[in-house]
Amino acid sequence: MPMLHTVNKSPFERRTLDTALRHAVKGAAILLIEDGVYAAFDGTVVAEKVKSALKDHKIYVLGPDVAARGMSEHHVIDGLQVVDYGGFVDLVVEYDKVQSWL
Amino acid sequence: MAIDVNGKSLEVDEEGYLADLNQWEPDVATIMAKADGSDLSDAHWEVINFLREYYEEYQIAPAVRVLTKAIGKKLGKDKGNSKYLYELFPYGPAKQACKYAGLPKPTGCV
Amino acid sequence: MAEPWEDDELEGPVRKFMYVNRRAPYGTIYALESLEVVLIAAAFEQDVTLVFMDDGVYQIKKEQNTEAIGVKNFSPTYRALEGYDVEKLYVERESLQSRGLTVEDLIVPVQIVDKDQLAELMEEQEVILSF
Repeated sequence: MPMLHTVNKSPFERRTLDTALRHAVKGAAILLIEDGVYAAFDGTVVAEKVKSALKDHKIYVLGPDVAARGMSEHHVIDGLQVVDYGGFVDLVVEYDKVQSWL
Repeated sequence: MAIDVNGKSLEVDEEGYLADLNQWEPDVATIMAKADGSDLSDAHWEVINFLREYYEEYQIAPAVRVLTKAIGKKLGKDKGNSKYLYELFPYGPAKQACKYAGLPKPTGCV
Repeated sequence: MAEPWEDDELEGPVRKFMYVNRRAPYGTIYALESLEVVLIAAAFEQDVTLVFMDDGVYQIKKEQNTEAIGVKNFSPTYRALEGYDVEKLYVERESLQSRGLTVEDLIVPVQIVDKDQLAELMEEQEVILSF
């Protein structure tokens, strides 16, 4: 399995998600955590970018961080998977390595 | 530091504020007041209960000015003034009553 | 000497203060720090204006539930601002739109302004603090 990239910065404020996507090989997964979860929702100016990234990557978003921010799982872009802390651990185990983009 | 309430030892900070809001029970207020040399009347309880409700709703302890105004709105003009509240809580209504109510020290309270 | 209850009215000039909130609530400490400064400063009865723009609009998103991340949810405190006589809350339209949010998503009543109106509001201030 290739790598799991975690992104914890808001896509509206930093280029962290862009950088992660640019360096993620096909088949690598992206996990959005903390302020990174703001990239996960439909109707935003970054939604298209995330949707097109779904062609090459599985993209996950951490549910507890979504709830904390008052965002709704119903508005998560189709194709993204919401995971809880247990799911986070499973991903870390499943993929060979974790690259934490900060 | 800690205070003993009904056989339990509850942690307080150096100024006597309860460390964990969730450990509060009415006897906390009674015991804190005793230590300050006073007994709590219904009028005291009215303010203490008000503060707990305020905290529940807004997640902060109100500043004195805000408390005064809010009490006036809820309990009447004769109670919504600083004189009334300072007579009940001579160390300062926000400071002393918040402490008895188990709340943190009001933000901006000097 | 004045009695403590006579000490309510603080003397001094009233100045126009604007607090500009541009950060999301939990990723950094800026949002909470700003809120605390606003609450403290409100005791001095100044003319206070709050602006939420960029990721700052997320600070007042409804339905925040921080239970699972073990951090205090301070969003209910924005609703206490009215009691502190902080009633001028502005949100930049562009910031809201680019995040797919509407005024219905916000926990407090605000005035929506566009970036040009906001620029004018900023020009009117005497002190601007950015968080």
